[in-house]
Amino acid sequence: MANPLKCDLCSKPATVHLTQIVNNKVHKVDLCEECAQAKGVTDPSGFSLADLLLKASLNPEVTPAGVRCEQCGFTQADFKKHGRFGCPACYETFLGLVTPMLDSMHKGTAHAGKVPQKALARKTLHERLSRLELDLSEAIKAERYEDAARTRDEITKVKDAFGQKPPS
Amino acid sequence: MTIASLIDSTSELTDSASSKTAIVLMTRIRLARNVADNPFPGWAKPAQREGILALCTEAVAATPPMKRSVAFGIDELSELEKQILVERHLISRELSGTKAGAGAVISKDQSVSVMINEEDHLRIQVLRSGFQLKKAWAAINDLDTELEDKLDYAFSPSLGYLTACPTNLGTAMRASAMMHLPALVIASQMEKVVRAVNQLGMVVRGLFGEGSDASGSIFQISNQTTLGESEEEIIKRLGSVLNSIVEHELNARQKLLEADPGKLFDKIGRAYGILQNGHLLSTTEAMNLLSLIRLGADLGVFPEAQRCTIDRLFIEAQPGHLQHVHRGEFEPGQRDLLRAARLRGEFANFAKPNFTLSTDGPN
Repeated sequence: MANPLKCDLCSKPATVHLTQIVNNKVHKVDLCEECAQAKGVTDPSGFSLADLLLKASLNPEVTPAGVRCEQCGFTQADFKKHGRFGCPACYETFLGLVTPMLDSMHKGTAHAGKVPQKALARKTLHERLSRLELDLSEAIKAERYEDAARTRDEITKVKDAFGQKPPS
Repeated sequence: MTIASLIDSTSELTDSASSKTAIVLMTRIRLARNVADNPFPGWAKPAQREGILALCTEAVAATPPMKRSVAFGIDELSELEKQILVERHLISRELSGTKAGAGAVISKDQSVSVMINEEDHLRIQVLRSGFQLKKAWAAINDLDTELEDKLDYAFSPSLGYLTACPTNLGTAMRASAMMHLPALVIASQMEKVVRAVNQLGMVVRGLFGEGSDASGSIFQISNQTTLGESEEEIIKRLGSVLNSIVEHELNARQKLLEADPGKLFDKIGRAYGILQNGHLLSTTEAMNLLSLIRLGADLGVFPEAQRCTIDRLFIEAQPGHLQHVHRGEFEPGQRDLLRAARLRGEFANFAKPNFTLSTDGPN
């Protein structure tokens, strides 16, 4: 993945990744070296992930104050006020805040239902198409005409997969 | 088609030919969906809301179930029209309180409604009379898949459909049944039922959802959690909870009949008398009286066919519907007069109660 995981407590890069199963529920946490030491994670006998997660949910510093959702400008204070998020991307920005809540709110913490196959397939095709178009222009620039022809054929195929109408 | 003609045409809820089961009046499933890369309605700027409203209205109106439908912005409706749609469970109170940048698309038969820019961009709802969770799920699943063709949903593989409120994450599905539970109410067992149902991860609410009272002994039971289970699992779990509530209600009826039939028949007989002769009836009183007549129909005191008359009257006794029929706005006191007059008219020719058969009635 392009984005390295951030520490759930302080948002430095996380190097310690823990998974614990308590009462058939999976708890996951990612921590940086310092927080892991401070929370006693390195001592497996005396460490409860569930406690840490619960405390994290009560700790206003989970997502450092002042963090704003890049997409919509939403802050943690806004969530405290409204009880609703600002946009879909907020769930990534404030994952550290959401994760512990889900556990008490829901039956599980991982989605097990319907997946919007068509929309996801369309997204994949879009991404593939823009990559191919980039390849094509590079091949032409570098005068690799054989590659360009092959890429162009690929593009036609992908466009066909969209069902006649080329994506806008 | 216009909103006025929609209100005057027959609907799934008020005119279904027969209630499938005596106790479950109606089944409803709702899905929350949002368009990717757009702020949720509560956080969006007016122009963004308008954009989403236009985009979603067009996409929804183009789906097969909405071939014959009415689409409108909330600001195009009068207060009375909004109230009627709320009473028919086609839009929420929340949506009806929105000023602008929100709307809905409702199918002609009023079995499908899609609210746009309520708490989420889309609140898709399918409604079926009787106990039909599986059919309702099949219908809403198809509609949702159709919409995927036109809209890019906000979705995360781990959190499912992303919704404004984290309580709806995952399937973003709320399946519910509206149940008529008069015997459990008379026997003061509802509190126990509510507690047991809560422990099973389901919620009990009144007729009009959150915060509403359970007049007419009508309750809505729905799933509380949406993440960690598939839609089918939630529906299966809800279905078995509903079945067990139906069983408890039937047992409670049997017990009431065995213990003190005179007391039960007295309640039904008095309700009949008041509906035939009363001159001032509030919504709540009317609902409670109608509930007893409906119980009578279930027990064989009245012909079973009358049950759907009662189901229609449950809706028509509501303030919005009453004022619509009388083409005007009236004070609550005047409404009570009009409501009683309306019900006297309906009950003037209603079947006479037959209390002799009842102990071997259909239930």
